[in-house]
Amino acid sequence: MKFTISWLREHLDTKYKDNELIEKLTDVGLEVESYENLSTNLDSFKVAKIINAEQHPNADRLKICDVDLGQESNVKVVCGAPNAKKDLLTVYAGPESIIPKNNMKLAVSKIRGVTSYGMLCSESELNLSNESDGIIELKSINYSDKIGKNFFKNNTDKVVDLSITPNRPDCLGVRGVARDLAAAGVGKLKNISNKSIKKNGSQKIKVSIIKDKNQGCTIFGSCLIKGVTNKESPKWLKEKIESLGQKPISAIVDITNYVMFDLNRPLHAYDADKIDKEIIVRNSKKGETFEALDNNKYKLDEGMCVISDNSGVLGLGGIIGGTRTSTEINTKNILLESAYFIPKSIRKTSKLLNIDTDAKFRFERGIDPQSIEIGLSKAAQLISDICGGKISKFDIKKTTKDTKNKIQFKNSLFKKITGFNVKDKEIIKILSDLGCEISKKKLELDLKIPSWRPDITQPIDIVEEIVRIKGYNNIETLEPEKTKIKDTLNKQQKLFHFLQRSVASKGYLETITWSFTDSKINNLFKEDLKEIKIVNPISSDLDVLRNSIFSNLTFYLKKNLDRGFKDISLFEIGPIFKDKLPGEQLTVIGAIKSGKISRLNWIEKDRSVDLFDVKKDVIQTLVEAGYNRQSFFIRDKSPSYYHPGKAGSVYLDKDDIDPVAYFGEIHPNIIKKLDIKTEGLVGFEIYLDQLKENKLKLKDQKSNFEYSDYQKSERDFAFVVDKNFKAQDLIKIISSIDKNLIRSIKIFDIYEGENIPNGKKSIALNVIIQSSEKTLEESDLEKINKLIISTVETKSGAKIRS
Amino acid sequence: MSDIKKIKKEYLEELNKELSLDKVNQIKTELFGKNGLISNEFKKLGALAPQERKQFASDLNFIKEELQENISKKFKELEIKEINEKLKNEKVDITLPERSFEQGKIHPVSQVIDEISSIFSEIGFSVEEGPDVENEYNNFTALNTPENHPARDMHDTFYLDDKKELLLRTHTSPVQVRTMLKGNPPFKIIAPGRTYRSDSDQTHAPMFHQVEGLHIDKDINMGNLKGCLNYFIKEFFEVDKIKMRFRPSHFPFTEPSAEVDIGYELRDGKIVIGEGDKWLEVLGCGMVHPNVLKNVNINPEKYQGYAFGIGIDRLGMLKYGINDLRAFFETDYRWLNHFGFDPLDVPSNYRGLSR
Repeated sequence: MKFTISWLREHLDTKYKDNELIEKLTDVGLEVESYENLSTNLDSFKVAKIINAEQHPNADRLKICDVDLGQESNVKVVCGAPNAKKDLLTVYAGPESIIPKNNMKLAVSKIRGVTSYGMLCSESELNLSNESDGIIELKSINYSDKIGKNFFKNNTDKVVDLSITPNRPDCLGVRGVARDLAAAGVGKLKNISNKSIKKNGSQKIKVSIIKDKNQGCTIFGSCLIKGVTNKESPKWLKEKIESLGQKPISAIVDITNYVMFDLNRPLHAYDADKIDKEIIVRNSKKGETFEALDNNKYKLDEGMCVISDNSGVLGLGGIIGGTRTSTEINTKNILLESAYFIPKSIRKTSKLLNIDTDAKFRFERGIDPQSIEIGLSKAAQLISDICGGKISKFDIKKTTKDTKNKIQFKNSLFKKITGFNVKDKEIIKILSDLGCEISKKKLELDLKIPSWRPDITQPIDIVEEIVRIKGYNNIETLEPEKTKIKDTLNKQQKLFHFLQRSVASKGYLETITWSFTDSKINNLFKEDLKEIKIVNPISSDLDVLRNSIFSNLTFYLKKNLDRGFKDISLFEIGPIFKDKLPGEQLTVIGAIKSGKISRLNWIEKDRSVDLFDVKKDVIQTLVEAGYNRQSFFIRDKSPSYYHPGKAGSVYLDKDDIDPVAYFGEIHPNIIKKLDIKTEGLVGFEIYLDQLKENKLKLKDQKSNFEYSDYQKSERDFAFVVDKNFKAQDLIKIISSIDKNLIRSIKIFDIYEGENIPNGKKSIALNVIIQSSEKTLEESDLEKINKLIISTVETKSGAKIRS
Repeated sequence: MSDIKKIKKEYLEELNKELSLDKVNQIKTELFGKNGLISNEFKKLGALAPQERKQFASDLNFIKEELQENISKKFKELEIKEINEKLKNEKVDITLPERSFEQGKIHPVSQVIDEISSIFSEIGFSVEEGPDVENEYNNFTALNTPENHPARDMHDTFYLDDKKELLLRTHTSPVQVRTMLKGNPPFKIIAPGRTYRSDSDQTHAPMFHQVEGLHIDKDINMGNLKGCLNYFIKEFFEVDKIKMRFRPSHFPFTEPSAEVDIGYELRDGKIVIGEGDKWLEVLGCGMVHPNVLKNVNINPEKYQGYAFGIGIDRLGMLKYGINDLRAFFETDYRWLNHFGFDPLDVPSNYRGLSR
């Protein structure tokens, strides 16, 4: 919502300075987006006198003028105007000035070899008139004593741009803004002159509103103005329209626009001679068409509120008029419309047809239904003043009665909500300044809400009105209380937080990527989850919700590889989506690692990243989070985007149905498809929702500290087993032989090849044996040794390697 | 008797000299070998009369120990000397790089969320979360933004179905609705999380982060709201003084509503929070609208309170001098390294928010 300060002052009688008004606007909730000079550089245009004008040596039509700006030395300006001559008073624009007509910025420049400092201006260049033959000639009586002074006087007018919140349609007009300021105590709202206008005869075009279940229009006011001469708007009106950032069109159009911005009262002017007999306000039939003033042809759906005549649709009520009855420069007779359209209907229609106009914007938010006549009066008067013509009586058709919202307001509510007190007297003053009709009871006010405030419907809205006008700075700042109702984080949130930092501490950079992704990449990782399309994606390559974090991670990994980075570890913790209902999402950590370990290292030999790197990271992370490594179970089942033989899943317990994590190499085909070039690409995923909560708090988790100081013994074994036999099973067999004696089992070698039969492998392991009751004797050790060998051999078909 | 004293004196003197390892070994043999001087003296013991024997044995043992002690001391000296000799040749270029290590990083948004949680934890808030996909009711209708309300235009919404019933939440406010529906007042929660709007340019990303705050009790008024936000902003920016301005504004789900600006100035092109006469909008807030309370079955006559919504990414940008919002989500390895935080830097009350 744009307007000039001087326009505002037309409605507001105030001693406040411009910048004080600006501050007050913000204080009452009318946010000032910008506040600037109408034209930012008016100071750069000076009254000047040509002291001397001589012929340019290299150009017949140019003159070199010595220009007096009231300073010690004159300025040289090259000028092409035929009327530039000695002793002429004119307007000078210095370098850096911006010429209003074309927004060109001047600079010191050489014109045919002669340097020119600035220029002398024509009226058209300053947007004063269309006069472009020659520079301005100022009368010496008025200007001879003003040489060097600013040419533009009193033009300190500033344009305010307000960002009006959707609840305040009343402030989409300058008068509404002035009313708020007046209520806030910065002045008095000026009265609108009720000089009654002269009306001749009745409005002869019949108007009817057809009733409908989904009524779009409830009031239609109109008058005829006969015998007008449409023309260019006068200067004051043009300036108003221009200050809104709009282009003046013709007096009639400009006047309707002016009234809309002034009083927030949209109007529409029809060329009355183009109307086929009568005006019918009705709902559209499916398939009706009309050509709108934006030069688009619209095909209507059923139930859109239209203004029509006997030949068909003239316009969409409150949204846009049609070309068939539009006013032109030779229009003679006007039908002026001032109507009320229901916000919901306006919004629905404009959404469907995708039309946005100033009128639509206003009706959608709620126009004052009781401003029909005032709008007609003001516009009709202006039209007859500027364009002549006779105004008919007003014809106002209504399908409803005028009513006002009523609210009973308990004054105590104000303090209850805001924490501070305002005297009843002041409350009454504020509310009546805002337009409320008030009758006071003991502790209550009976309020009639002004018709221009559709947003005020209940007592809390009254609280807001009082507090914003009174000023938010009156609200006391109360120290926050530190009492807690419950723990800051629940267990799952603590786990999230812990795992996030645990993974990062293993050298991974945390990233955050969109929750949506490219369906083409998503397909590589989505497994049997449903594809969840976004109906209106921001771009076609972000068209689905992600089923896995890997789609984005691999995409951005590639980008970083393309930037020349090689050894990259990235992770993200966040949602993946199983389906499109709320809650059908999982919280997952996805991590990937590319390239090599110890690349270009003088002390360690480099190697490509491998699955045991990520297996370590997964297991360590889970162990750090408090899960028991001893009960973990690894299976070689993994999603298809992992390498079929070099990936696996982690179960917290052998009997669990669902894994808590996957790890392994990314499938080589996917690496190929994504065109990722790296020595190795591995990754892991942890599913937070699968992680069981530790039921015990740390304080209850610690068991008694038991230890043994008896001597430890170590024994090495090497078993030859089938190649497919899993190390995990071997460890399980051994560890379950005697839990009291076997303290640890470590695999220190895997061997295939010479001396080992085909299809077999040798697993070498070290077992630590220790009793917590005594020092084991050689015979005890021999016994457990034999037991280990025999148990492994019977349970696994392995052979001890001798 | 004088014999052993003589031996002792003689050999102690000898052991006091600079000796080679061989020489010390030789002395050891001379004294304690099979026919060593001391060994021989022990052999004499049996021949002595009982009274003399006791005294002699005692003296002899004493001298034996003293000599042995001196010999082993000499051996240690020699060993250390030998080690020192060897070390002279064990010089390594210690300026060579250490073994490689990788430093992981926490994303600034995560760090800021933890900072925010830590601050609000101090004043009794707990953390709630809600799903990223919401239904139209929780995201709009329950929050007093009915269909065909122009306020919906302020949210460019991503939809998941043609009927526009399922959407990506445009703000974290639906967590208010979920929290209040499943529990009973009082409520004192914050809800950080991802939010989505189909808006993309230099200053808007289609996904961003918000933290919602909600405090409902019997007598929570706008003064509490002001106090809470004042506390938060001061703690968050780690400054003693903060200039804050509450401006009336409008959100359908709060009434009265406010937007909050904080004071700043530009110093060498950088934003310095807390001083100066420029204003920067950082959050929206207000008293929860009675209609919202009714929608979640809470009696607005009995309970009232405030809610606020803060842009997390923006706060992070302001605090840590990050200029470009879009860079938050572009996974540029260099950016993550530069703006990321060490995972051990956990914001907490006792350690402080940041180092």
